[in-house]
Amino acid sequence: MKPVIEVSELSKSYGDFTAVRNLSLSIERGEIFAILGPNGAGKTTTVEILEGFRTADSGSISVLDTNPSVKGRAGLVWRNRIGIVLQSTQDTAELSALEALTHFASYYSNPRDPREVIELVGLGDKADNRARSLSGGQRRRLDVALGIIGNPELLFLDEPTTGFDPEARRAFWLLIKQLRDEGTTILLTTHYLDEAEELADRVAVMNHGQIIEISTPALLGGRANAEAIISWRENGTLQQSSTATPTEFVASLAQRFNGEIPELTIRRPSLEDIYLTMIGAAQ
Amino acid sequence: MTHQLPGALSIGFKRGKLEIKQFFRQRESVVFTLLFPLILLAIFGSVFNEKIAPGVTFSQYFVAGMIASALVNTGFQQIAIYIPIERDLGALKRLRGTPMPAVSYFIGKAILVTFSMVLQVLLLLAAGVAFFGVELPRESSKWLLFFALLGLGSIVSTILGVAFSSVPKSARGASAIVSPVVIVLQFFSGVFFIFTDLPQWMQQVAAIFPLKWLTQGMRSVFLPESFAAREVVGNWETGRTFAIIGAWLIVGTILAIRTFRWDRD
Repeated sequence: MKPVIEVSELSKSYGDFTAVRNLSLSIERGEIFAILGPNGAGKTTTVEILEGFRTADSGSISVLDTNPSVKGRAGLVWRNRIGIVLQSTQDTAELSALEALTHFASYYSNPRDPREVIELVGLGDKADNRARSLSGGQRRRLDVALGIIGNPELLFLDEPTTGFDPEARRAFWLLIKQLRDEGTTILLTTHYLDEAEELADRVAVMNHGQIIEISTPALLGGRANAEAIISWRENGTLQQSSTATPTEFVASLAQRFNGEIPELTIRRPSLEDIYLTMIGAAQ
Repeated sequence: MTHQLPGALSIGFKRGKLEIKQFFRQRESVVFTLLFPLILLAIFGSVFNEKIAPGVTFSQYFVAGMIASALVNTGFQQIAIYIPIERDLGALKRLRGTPMPAVSYFIGKAILVTFSMVLQVLLLLAAGVAFFGVELPRESSKWLLFFALLGLGSIVSTILGVAFSSVPKSARGASAIVSPVVIVLQFFSGVFFIFTDLPQWMQQVAAIFPLKWLTQGMRSVFLPESFAAREVVGNWETGRTFAIIGAWLIVGTILAIRTFRWDRD
């Protein structure tokens, strides 16, 4: 099957500043794909080009078999198939969630049922409250609801959980996985590495306008082969050691202590460790 | 699955309904757009009540000017302030990301403007007739002129509002820039003072802009025929009024189409 998003050699400059340089990627149907990178890495420019808000200087771009810069009727037909959740919007403040969703549903050829979407994002008991009165997390869930009301094949999520409390975040992740399981392809940008790890089937790490690597969260940056970090307490201080053979190492420690090893932890580098090394190395 | 998109007109009407709903839920828009002109009318109409010509009081002169101003308040001012706010809040960008046709957005705005304009004109007329001795015209030709001025004036005012909406950098700046422009224009155009009493240079500046012509047109509807002699050239200049408003319609449309922005940057 053809990829939902296929980009090759995409470049975009603003004056002398190259925001994105020779970027290529492809995203398959039904995938959650996360783009990671520090501020100014070119994530937003890339995503906004894919969303049709900006035009590329060069490169070939296909999103659902369409160039996102398409104008006129073909542009509307294309937009009918995608959903966009932007960063921090504060509009529709005077409308209730249900009113906003019912209205936005009328833009699409095959919308979801507004009531059902409200339940899906967990705003069931807030359906008739003005958006103005919603908390930050609830407001964000309304944004997602507005993004999926048109029953999109492809959903763009830009920093969806900024400002969420941990519980709201868990609930949100479940929602996103549910959408993926229904067949929606999702392009996610996020600052939270645990979010990428939890949700993404594949991640791309960007820095200085280029993709450094595209991989699954488990394999990114050689993570699967990275040495394990073992720490324990000995002679009153916390000791730490990296090793490629953690089982053997722990066995020898156990022998030395003749039983329980005080405060033993064994961990593989987190996605965050790997990510920081990657963007550090690229600087 | 076919992609039978909803029509631009039907979405436009839905947007119009939504715009009106939002209008009434924002206290500041109701006060600013609808009540403020009535308050002005009450103050100016009561303070300056002397006769300015046989059978014409200043209040009547002022009511005609305020009805012309209603077209500016509900069109230019409302649009040029609220579009930058919507742009700042991300509402325009959100809409841009949906299959809503751009024209539907403007149909919605046109419905909001028409609705608030009709409401405001009715309120001003009612207050004028009830308290300030304004007489409604008897000839159907005057009514025809009245509706032509309302229709065309409102369209020009709205389009210029859309064009001007690209000037303020932020929502905060919008009312700070737009309101003074409107108030100065009202002073120059003979809404608060008798136009022919203003300094020559003010009259000449005002003559460039549509509001002066709309107020003069409204006077030709609501003041006695004899007052025409008191206008700048001694008659109502109806033909020139429509020519100048028509010219602004063309200029405004070109500017609006060229400068409209959905996004903050």
